[in-house]
Amino acid sequence: MNYVLDILPPLLEGTGVTLQVFAITLVLSIPLGLALALLRISRFGFVSGLVNGYIWLMRGTPLMLQMLFIYFALPFVPVIGIRLPDFPAAIMAFVLNYAAYFAEIFRAGILSIDRGQYEGARVLGFTYPQTMRRIVLPQVIKRILPPMSNETITLVKDTSLIYVLAMNDLLRAARGIVQRDFSTTPFVVAAAFYLIMTLVLTYGFQRLEKKYAVYD
Amino acid sequence: MTEQAMIRAVDLHKHFGPVEVLKGVSLDVNKGEVIAVIGPSGSGKSTFLRCLIHLETIHRGTIEIEGETLVSTDAGGHCHYAPDADIRRICGKMGMVFQHFNLFPHLTVLQNIIEAPMTVKGMSRDEIVPTAEALLKKVGLFDKRDVFPSRLSGGQKQRVAIARALAMAPDILLFDEPTSALDPELTGEVLRTMRELAEEHMTMVVVTHEMAFAREVASRVIFMDGGNIVEERPAQEFFAAPEHPRTRAFLENML
Ligand SMILES: Nc1ncnc2c1ncn2[C@@H]1O[C@H](COP(=O)(O)OP(=O)(O)O)[C@@H](O)[C@H]1O
Ligand SMILES: [Mg+2]
Repeated sequence: MNYVLDILPPLLEGTGVTLQVFAITLVLSIPLGLALALLRISRFGFVSGLVNGYIWLMRGTPLMLQMLFIYFALPFVPVIGIRLPDFPAAIMAFVLNYAAYFAEIFRAGILSIDRGQYEGARVLGFTYPQTMRRIVLPQVIKRILPPMSNETITLVKDTSLIYVLAMNDLLRAARGIVQRDFSTTPFVVAAAFYLIMTLVLTYGFQRLEKKYAVYD
Repeated sequence: MTEQAMIRAVDLHKHFGPVEVLKGVSLDVNKGEVIAVIGPSGSGKSTFLRCLIHLETIHRGTIEIEGETLVSTDAGGHCHYAPDADIRRICGKMGMVFQHFNLFPHLTVLQNIIEAPMTVKGMSRDEIVPTAEALLKKVGLFDKRDVFPSRLSGGQKQRVAIARALAMAPDILLFDEPTSALDPELTGEVLRTMRELAEEHMTMVVVTHEMAFAREVASRVIFMDGGNIVEERPAQEFFAAPEHPRTRAFLENML
């Protein structure tokens, strides 16, 4: 037990990094995903096709590859070549990748809304943006809560991929201690931390689903 | 004051792909008139209404609402719609009630009614709530004020939809089979509300299969078939002595 208390500080520090990556990714990729979804369903065929290609690329290649590319290869790409420090590089990869997944969730949600809702709004004088903001998206949120919950929980665990950029997240912190002390206890503690994080998320999403169930 | 038509539709043509749905429909609606549009399924009744309020676009013809041109067709046969802002203003003179209500499920009854006045007209909540409550009393649903639509019967939903349309203070109301999705015992309450509107001289165009309503409330009856208006007469005459054989066949089927 004392040993567990001993290793807590570095593991908590690692959890901090994990939570940062998680939170920043979520806050940035949800709006980006929504924007991509709206472009994807827009009347502009060219833009829609472009977004479609982007989503295909992001979902069709491993997130780890994307992260390695942004960190190691992006500096050598002509014109846009920039060298990002590890943390921003990781965030960028996560945001670009998760936005693609969120875009597909939003798109499916938006398309599931009955045409009558648009027509009902239209004959009352709503513009398209007003219809989206006031009528469609509030209903979409309720419908996409289950898949969003899934993705969000996946994101918690995906954050461990940043170990390839040698960042000290929860998993890497645990592994460091395992190698130092020849004990697997840090892995067990790390697993418990992940479980607590996903438990909190699951609970949060359940609360949201209950809140949105009032109008069923 | 010159008598100006509330709706003036001239020679409307509309097709979906190769299918011609409106083949030159013309209709003038005067202030305070109640027009019943009847006809077999697929005859273009809904499409006609939807073209009037710009849910569908026409391919030829002219539509004027209270003297303002929504769309016109030049000598070369090309259709010209008004600019978007004008379309919005012109169509804002009309409200529409749908067969399937199209209430906003995430909003309560009151919110359904005040949403458009607030978002579209920029009215404040305090301004519109008394109006909305008065409308709810008028359609007999004041006690359902804070209930979500899912808790309402079909008849109640449709009355909320009527109140919602009225909250935008339209000059004209279009109804597309407002009672067709309702259980028979619930049609009466909706028809009663519509009858009251007619008595207040609301201008209405009503697509309906309720022949009794058409006979008693409508000033004129339009019979559509195959994308044309086949017969158009004052309601009493229409039912007393339908002229066209197809009208007669249709009416015999309905009774
Ligand atoms: N969006 C559409 N796309 C293709 N065909 C349509 C569409 N809407 C209506 N139609 C066709 O147009 C014809 C007239 O339909 P509609 O106006 O709904 O008739 P009614 O309301 O009199 O039953 C029907 O043959 C219908 O199948
Ligand atoms: Mg119809």
